Amino acid sequence: MLGKPSRTGRTLQYLALAAYLIFLGFPLVWLLSTAFKPPRELVQLHPTLIPSNPTVQNFVQAFTEQELGRAAWNSLQVSLASAVLTVLVAMPASYALARFKSKLGTLALGWVLLSQLFPFVLLIIPIFLVLRQAGLANSHAGLVLIYVVWALPFALWMLQGFVRNIPRELEEAASVDGASRLQTLRRVVFPLLAPGLVATALFSFISAWNEFFFALVLIKTPELQTLPVALARFVGIEGTARLGPLAAGALLATLPSLIFFAFMQRRLSSGSLAGAVKG
Amino acid sequence: MLPIRFRRLAAAAAIAVVGVGALAACGNGGDDEASAGPVKLRFLSLAWQKESLQANKDLVAKWNSEHPDIQVEYVQGDWNSVHDQLLTSFEGGDAPDIVHYEASSIGEFSKQGYLADLKDLIPADLKGQIDQGVWDTVTFDGQVTGVPFLLESQVVIANKKLLDAAGVTVPPADGGWTWDEFQANAQKLTKSGQYGVAWALKSPTNRVLNLALNYDGKFFYSDGGKTEVKIGDAEKEIPKRIHDMLYTSKTASPEALGMSGADTLPGFFGGKYAMLPGSVSLRQQMVEQAPKDFEWVTLPPVKGLSANQAANPQTLSVSADSKHKEQAAQFLSYFLNPTNMATLAKGDWLVPTGKQANEELVKLTEGKQGWDVAANSAADLTVAPFQQADGYPEWKTKYATPALQQYFANKITLDQLASQLVDGGKQVLR
Repeated sequence: MLGKPSRTGRTLQYLALAAYLIFLGFPLVWLLSTAFKPPRELVQLHPTLIPSNPTVQNFVQAFTEQELGRAAWNSLQVSLASAVLTVLVAMPASYALARFKSKLGTLALGWVLLSQLFPFVLLIIPIFLVLRQAGLANSHAGLVLIYVVWALPFALWMLQGFVRNIPRELEEAASVDGASRLQTLRRVVFPLLAPGLVATALFSFISAWNEFFFALVLIKTPELQTLPVALARFVGIEGTARLGPLAAGALLATLPSLIFFAFMQRRLSSGSLAGAVKG
Repeated sequence: MLPIRFRRLAAAAAIAVVGVGALAACGNGGDDEASAGPVKLRFLSLAWQKESLQANKDLVAKWNSEHPDIQVEYVQGDWNSVHDQLLTSFEGGDAPDIVHYEASSIGEFSKQGYLADLKDLIPADLKGQIDQGVWDTVTFDGQVTGVPFLLESQVVIANKKLLDAAGVTVPPADGGWTWDEFQANAQKLTKSGQYGVAWALKSPTNRVLNLALNYDGKFFYSDGGKTEVKIGDAEKEIPKRIHDMLYTSKTASPEALGMSGADTLPGFFGGKYAMLPGSVSLRQQMVEQAPKDFEWVTLPPVKGLSANQAANPQTLSVSADSKHKEQAAQFLSYFLNPTNMATLAKGDWLVPTGKQANEELVKLTEGKQGWDVAANSAADLTVAPFQQADGYPEWKTKYATPALQQYFANKITLDQLASQLVDGGKQVLR
């Protein structure tokens, strides 16, 4: 049995935790600092964390030159639609995969995993041609369709794990109490699946929010372009970049993900099942 | 009555159809052009500097207001992903009508037939403005598939106060130092805590091959339709001189080796390095980022047997699939007239290919901020064999860059470098 940690042990634990938090948070803090620095402070031999002459000029440039506001709005629409659709499709499919054992299910799962092996570059031209035929090549709908299809394999794989963790006894108990299968799903399974659904939605949202290549290739009209594509324009030849506006834009690009995560993470808490089944 | 399983299947199918229909409805209906109305051209631009972006957008807006029957849509691209973007667009048959890129990269697209031959579409006055050596960089199998408009020469940016303190005189715009003089002056500028030079060699291949023309180093030799890499004394001269500065005279900073041009700026502004060999476009960062009391000067390209350097101009091409090639060529002629070309070059801090544009730019800027040096350097820019070699990008990435990095890190000898470059050539050249 483990004893209570000593005072020194506890201090070391907190120190390690603090070091880890700094490791995780420092890039974001540096990004924040860079976003408010004027051009001359970006090339100081001894850079400072706090800008000496903070400026919002980088944000002004980022918004006026590349219309980041519109790009962010486009990204938000596409990402939200992708997250919702992925969850809607993955929810029943993962239940079927987890609960109904059949050779077809095993094959489907294998195919789902196999599909992850194909690299982007191999698929992009056929996808482009198919979407073009369907009239979806230069549209957010086409992009959402791709993102949903792209996120589904992992979402299915992840969600069916959550389904398996729900004890069958709960469904049997509901059935004994007279609930139909649909009622069991709606009132017992799906509420217990909430953390998994939230994780799936988050995964799908963030994948779509950050995705660059499909958005670059599929969207031609400037008004429809998404945030990662707009941000890439601050980088020039051989990696030279306009650091100030890029940092300002990148900072704004992280905000929706952080907000979405902060809003959803409470639903991620496990423990809904604690004590649901005795013995 | 239908069986329950069938009804569920039908319901699922109906939902799927409605879903796809809804998605399609969200779309903008594809990109079919209306048969009537003005001709519409899509122009993919890679401008990224603030002034250059504005200049491009302003010129397009001006064209559109003056030519209601030919409307150009400005589409912003970026340098790092343009190759993939274009390749997919060409393959998918949905390429922009006008494409901004660079001479060394359009060869591949030209040979695949994706770019239109502009020989008969470009007006004679535009042709005459640009040197034949520069036109050669965009001529593939007899077809001219791009209009070269911006050049990037390699100059030297120096800290004026450090030059004065060391008694080093700034050479005139048309009389650059020889490599021996450059190395000797680097020695004068080297002292404790200060290096004469910072060679930013994160991506060394293009720079070495560009400068190799100083000693007539060609690297790529063609004979009877077969191209191979050969390394003789001419090819070894530039790598050897840089290596000597790093490890023999120790006048070049070893810490700058892994840096890009912009990464060296903090050290340059902080007085750690006195001279930065680099692109003429570095001047833009000097103007924008140098401390207020910092004095900098642009030195002309360093000379070997000649001051020749490889020209890899930025280009404007017309897609072979474009339905409006003539109108696209009309736009190019307007976009690249001497005044507009000078404006575009000024925005990007690069050298215009057009002679008249170059003169206008020097007059406009009074030759200040290194524009006199930049203008003079244009005459020495010409086509290099590597720009025409199939397989050069692969050779560069897989063999040349790692081998040069190892050599400049002092991990292999000059002979080992030569043999790795030759072996790499055998692997990739067709």
